[in-house]
Amino acid sequence: MATFNLNVNGKKQAVDVDPETPVLWVLRDHLDLVGTKFGCGMAQCGACTIHIDGTATRSCMLPVSSVGDQKITTIEGLSEKGDHPVQKAWLEHDVPQCGYCQAGQIMSAAALLKENPTPTDEQIETAMNGNICRCGTYVRIKAAVKTASKNLNA
Amino acid sequence: MTVIKTSIGRRSFLKTSALAGGGMMLSFSWLAGCKPPDETVALPKEWFELNGYLKIGDNGLVTIMSPNPEIGQNVKTSMPMLVAEELDVDWKNVIVEQAPLNTSIFTRQLAGGSQSISQGWKSLRMAGATAKRMLREAAAKAWQVPVDEVTTEASMLYHKASGKSASYGEMASAAAKIEVPAEVELKNNSNFKIIGTSRNNVDGQKIVTGQPLFGLDYRKEGMLIAMIAHPPAFGMKLKSVDDTQARNMPGIKDVFTIKTYPEEYALQWCDVDSFPELVVVVGNTTWEVMNARKALKLEWEQFPDHELTSSTFWGTAVKIKVPGGLENSTQHTKVMAEFSAKAGNVVRKDGNPEAVFKKAAKVVERSYAAPFLAHNTMEPMNFFANVTDDKAELVGPIQTPEFMEKSVAAILNLPLEKIDIQMTRQGGGFGRRLYGHFLVEAAVISKRIKAPVKLIYTREDDMSFGVYRPAYHALYRAALDENNNLIAFHVKAGGIPESPLFANRFPAGAVDNYLAESWTASSNISVGAFRAPASNFIAGAEQSFLDEVAEAAGKDPIQFRLDLLDRALNKPVGEKNDYEAKRLAGVLELVRSKSNWGQDMPNIHRGVSAYFCHDSYVAHVIDLKVESGKPRVEKVHCAVDCGIVVNPIAATNLVEGGSVDGIGHAMYSGLTFTNGTPDQTNFNKYRLIRHKEAPKAIDVHFVESDVDPTGLGEPPFPPVIGALANALYKATGKRHYQQPYLGEGITLG
Repeated sequence: MATFNLNVNGKKQAVDVDPETPVLWVLRDHLDLVGTKFGCGMAQCGACTIHIDGTATRSCMLPVSSVGDQKITTIEGLSEKGDHPVQKAWLEHDVPQCGYCQAGQIMSAAALLKENPTPTDEQIETAMNGNICRCGTYVRIKAAVKTASKNLNA
Repeated sequence: MTVIKTSIGRRSFLKTSALAGGGMMLSFSWLAGCKPPDETVALPKEWFELNGYLKIGDNGLVTIMSPNPEIGQNVKTSMPMLVAEELDVDWKNVIVEQAPLNTSIFTRQLAGGSQSISQGWKSLRMAGATAKRMLREAAAKAWQVPVDEVTTEASMLYHKASGKSASYGEMASAAAKIEVPAEVELKNNSNFKIIGTSRNNVDGQKIVTGQPLFGLDYRKEGMLIAMIAHPPAFGMKLKSVDDTQARNMPGIKDVFTIKTYPEEYALQWCDVDSFPELVVVVGNTTWEVMNARKALKLEWEQFPDHELTSSTFWGTAVKIKVPGGLENSTQHTKVMAEFSAKAGNVVRKDGNPEAVFKKAAKVVERSYAAPFLAHNTMEPMNFFANVTDDKAELVGPIQTPEFMEKSVAAILNLPLEKIDIQMTRQGGGFGRRLYGHFLVEAAVISKRIKAPVKLIYTREDDMSFGVYRPAYHALYRAALDENNNLIAFHVKAGGIPESPLFANRFPAGAVDNYLAESWTASSNISVGAFRAPASNFIAGAEQSFLDEVAEAAGKDPIQFRLDLLDRALNKPVGEKNDYEAKRLAGVLELVRSKSNWGQDMPNIHRGVSAYFCHDSYVAHVIDLKVESGKPRVEKVHCAVDCGIVVNPIAATNLVEGGSVDGIGHAMYSGLTFTNGTPDQTNFNKYRLIRHKEAPKAIDVHFVESDVDPTGLGEPPFPPVIGALANALYKATGKRHYQQPYLGEGITLG
């Protein structure tokens, strides 16, 4: 066990855990931030996507000891009022079916748009390809990313 | 106007009051969609419950209980819409809460068979209509006017002649004291204001902000985490456990074994007994428990052939033979070919197919096969349980709470009323959560350790535990005469361990000489319902085959099907045909016109398919484009006849999703076995469709209809597989007989 001082959603958080503990489980079990989802545990499905210093990262294989003072952003911290352009676009397109993968999808989309505010269809597909949606909402996700892009650049 | 008898009595009203009012509700308010849609609207000071389905606040807010499990089919929005419609309430004043399991108020609290809306169509509207009637009677009494003169609109009551009006909130207290009417009137379809209009997902805001909604998100003070270890192969059971290292690892509370079902327990259809004894690790946190489980030293041994007694969905006892041994996919392929070469059980025979095949001018014969599939809900299996000496509290994702309540009561030896099951939002269902062994395991574990516990499966646990879509095989033969008329049709279909045959569906009824045979091969690999059971294979096989027959007959594939349907409609063969030829033809005609079928487009290769299941009719046309040697689904055109569409935006989403799901599974997914062990246990090897492989566009068209709603969660899934196979043939010149098609050297996207 060791103590780690994390910066999560702009807040300093100290946790005393095994250094190998994936950030996913630190968030879910220790910090009660359950918006980040467990899907596969091997960075294959994207349900656990968070931002590390703004970059989309799978948290299920990311040891807490590797984070240091980098900024962790989870779905709960993406926007203060739940009104990030990506979140708004998701609601406008009524994207979710079961909804389980959508936090990860939104985090991947938000990171993409930060880096590339006007992605092409192909760039959207490439950036989002690591996020599985078992319900098959891919067409809506793409439409929502485009709407968010439009609104960001308006 | 339909008048129906109410089945909401005073008793159920009183009983709900105790459950849904006051402190009980507060204790699970984290589950509820109880934040007002508009945050500026204050919560009422007092709620008045008019029946178990709804309560009205003194400020006019209305809480509607959604009775059925929400697995992504959007019933948490569409079921309350039915209540709100008849209540005449303004949708923006509605708050939706997930109802707990309560069989004294709600009927069929089950997510399965695509029947939530069709089965709730009358009961939910009745609940709304009953409350509206009580509000009107309260107003009539207060205003001293005849009740027939009191009208309602958007949460308001009016008496036109006197100019009096009151809000629902003002009249709620008086309405709660009105006798429940014996019968109520339901609206004519033409008067619907909410049904048929698009309403966004009531949990949308919570989903996009990551609020705790799912079973895996549930937490209770003092809760421990549990994980199980099950045998690594089907056909094996536990031999010995060495937990010396595991139990001394940090955060670990206990390691023990459980037998999920006691010896004398009578299994139900939704119980899963492939691994009767499990090793359990309990500890403080998920990571600690995961690590300790890895440190277990477990030995396994094979079990012999045996027989299980279970019961069907309808309660009939059945004996199931479970063979011993470790099974292999190569062996399965051989077994299926052997069964297919033998005579099967004749399920239906019309005319004299054998003789007609002998004299046919042309015979087309093809075989189709598909592998086992794992459901792979994105949220792995999990459940919370807090079992004490006299009661059990269970919270989590389950499609069959009513059935599992019985299992748990019998296993814990508690009366039904001491079992409290709360349903969370579920990260996918697809049939997997019909089988609630994980709920029972959580309960047994909690009882043993005398503490609240959340049982968590990893993806590997989930994918290797079983309850798979069976492996299927179908042999088809068609006989054409010298004028290319279809004169005989033969299907012989079977599976491991269930047959996918629907003997009375199309093209039965459209061919004079028809033979349908079925077979099954036993296995110790556990299977269960997977989105559109059996149809999820047979539709693709049959619709691929018909395409080939149409080609052999030199006919357009849509016209070929329509000609057969015309025959089935006007001069049906046999009397047991369980589809409406007119409606099946209807979706084919709609998709033909919407897709501009017949119009040649450069580099677009098209396939068509149509199928009936769950009382609904769906036809697909797929447009494939070949880009740098790879086919990509450019567009899916889909026509659906599911009767009245309650919530178009969500219904469209479900059809889009079903189409993607079908394309994905047919193209990429499959579970194979080596010595009883699944070869794929996570998404690195088990492929699900991803963004780059998804269709670029999906156009959904609903048949305008006045028919009561029929299924929608499952019907769009099966037919798209046939359309995909037929389009792939056009694009590549190669027919596809074995799923996943990827194995045949093709990739999408």
